[in-house]
Amino acid sequence: MSNPPDRRRAGSAWAGLARIVLRYGAMTLLALLLFGVILLISGKDPLQSYRDIFVSTLGSTYGFSEVVVAMTPLLLTALAVALPSRIGLINIGGEGQLYMGACAATWVALTFGSLPGWILLPIMVLAGMLGGAAWAWIPGMLRARGIVNETISTLLLNSVAPMIVSFFVFGYWHSPMDTNKTPNFSPSARLPTLFDTRVDLGLVLGLGLLVLFWFVMRFTRWGLEMRTLGGNPQAARLNGIPTRRYIIGVMCLAGAVAGLAGMAQVSGYYGVLLANFSRGIGFMGFLVSWLAGGSPMGIVVTSFIVAIILTGGNLLQLTRDLPYSMVNILLAMTLFVVLARPSFIRKRNAS
Amino acid sequence: MNPLALLGVLSSAVFSGTSLLYTTLGEIVGERSGIVNLGLEGVLLVSASAGFSVTYLTGNPYLGVLTAVIAGGLMNMILAYLVVSRQANQLASGLALMFFGFGLSAWIGREFVGAKIVGLPRLAVPGLYRLPQLYASLLRFDLLIYLAVPVALLIGWLLFRTRWGLGLRAVGESPDTAYASGRNPRLIRYQALWLGGMLAGAGAAHLSIAYAMNWTEYMTAGRGFIAIALAIFAKWHPVRAVAGALLFSAAVAFQLLLQSSGVQVSPFLLNTIPYVLTLVVLIAWGGRRRVAAPASLGRVYQGAE
Repeated sequence: MSNPPDRRRAGSAWAGLARIVLRYGAMTLLALLLFGVILLISGKDPLQSYRDIFVSTLGSTYGFSEVVVAMTPLLLTALAVALPSRIGLINIGGEGQLYMGACAATWVALTFGSLPGWILLPIMVLAGMLGGAAWAWIPGMLRARGIVNETISTLLLNSVAPMIVSFFVFGYWHSPMDTNKTPNFSPSARLPTLFDTRVDLGLVLGLGLLVLFWFVMRFTRWGLEMRTLGGNPQAARLNGIPTRRYIIGVMCLAGAVAGLAGMAQVSGYYGVLLANFSRGIGFMGFLVSWLAGGSPMGIVVTSFIVAIILTGGNLLQLTRDLPYSMVNILLAMTLFVVLARPSFIRKRNAS
Repeated sequence: MNPLALLGVLSSAVFSGTSLLYTTLGEIVGERSGIVNLGLEGVLLVSASAGFSVTYLTGNPYLGVLTAVIAGGLMNMILAYLVVSRQANQLASGLALMFFGFGLSAWIGREFVGAKIVGLPRLAVPGLYRLPQLYASLLRFDLLIYLAVPVALLIGWLLFRTRWGLGLRAVGESPDTAYASGRNPRLIRYQALWLGGMLAGAGAAHLSIAYAMNWTEYMTAGRGFIAIALAIFAKWHPVRAVAGALLFSAAVAFQLLLQSSGVQVSPFLLNTIPYVLTLVVLIAWGGRRRVAAPASLGRVYQGAE
């Protein structure tokens, strides 16, 4: 699972991509086989189920758009992990940062809901990013001062953030009818959707930020310094790279990206802040980034595959009367297979 | 505050804290051998649903507990295979295990949502009958509760007073050194995860069979993560985990008491106590070496060949 080397011939990039797709394709097949056993035990026909899942996700424009909808937050939460990983930081806190971003954006949406969209939405984006960044600043600062390892602190803060959201939702923001969600956002607080589907502007933001990430890492001084920091922290320090500032800054940026994902979820997907709405999107982002080795293109591909699995889960629930959560088994089987890297599909020149 | 109310708080803290204690003990054993199990939440859910369904089907809660314990061990074996045998990343493997647990538990429990069971019977301590009825009823606990502290002491003895425990901790600090002194790090880690999974399974069994006595999806509500926090809070020591588990659950139980006396504290803010307190403790330690985690925690052991 090494990051792609910096210099690579243009042609081999595509060959590399093809190899990755092939490898993961074979692994996915194995995972489908394992999950098929569970479907069989439940008395369902696995082949029919898979055909239906495939048709319902990739077989129609609507299905495809739903996959893209599910993919959108994963792009952002994966980037929130990939960015700090470049300087050797492990951010498992995407989940919490996402919640705080959603929380801050919701506050703006509820307070200034009467403003027109062209001014309200940018403020919400900013608030969401600030919320996430503030939440990530704590682990960043603690790590930069060598007090607490960022892996532990982000993990702990993950569990705190949803409680804070619940505190506000149940205590102050809930609509007159419900206790666990806010009133629906005003139309001006909703991210615009694209092409008459449920795909919203979050997708453009996610893809744009991934391109920006790729560009910054490859072509700017910041990227060079970050790669140095990730590769050899001591050399970086001796060369006068401001290590602490990078650690705090990068963590805050990662938090901002995850916060943006939270903002996009409440403003685009739901249009309302629901307590405990995420159910692990931040954690999935970690897995996506890890599977993709932190590469932007890999994140897009992996998010797409994970999104197909997640969207297919709806079908299991609707037509196979199985709990929606069962889709997590398929997701986990896929992950297990990739994590175990069975020898027959292992890269020949494994690093 | 009258003594009865205080006893009530303590009693409910014991009830809700027991599952937390077993789970924390399980995480401590695993982490002492160098493996952090982020999938604990999933392990708990699978154990809870398996234990509950067996209790429902057989009508025997003890059989349910046994099932949950074995299910916990088996779930951890998945993690062990990935991180020990296949040398996969621990964090990613743990999270994958968590999602697996979400799905598998929903599948196992899908026909038992809302089912009623006979919970783990509560046994009176002989001699307590002399107390007034109300007090005595607050002090009637089930077998898993009575066993909780002895188990914690046993784990403490295993880890710190036996050769096996010494080997386990050595593997957690430095697998290479342990290997050089004739231990088998892979085997020890498998054993540690098996034991840890069984302990987590016991915790989950208490949650679904004795405490809540029902099954709903995601019923563990973050207990796995509290246990991970608690393992740090207890400085990876089983006996301190007892105090930690009681403290954290007393905080939540105390909130009920406050509410009944008219003081409103948001339950959500109280629920953050375990995490915030652990973070504060970590900051107070300030990264000092003496209180640091097992040195090889989270690292992949490549083998000595």
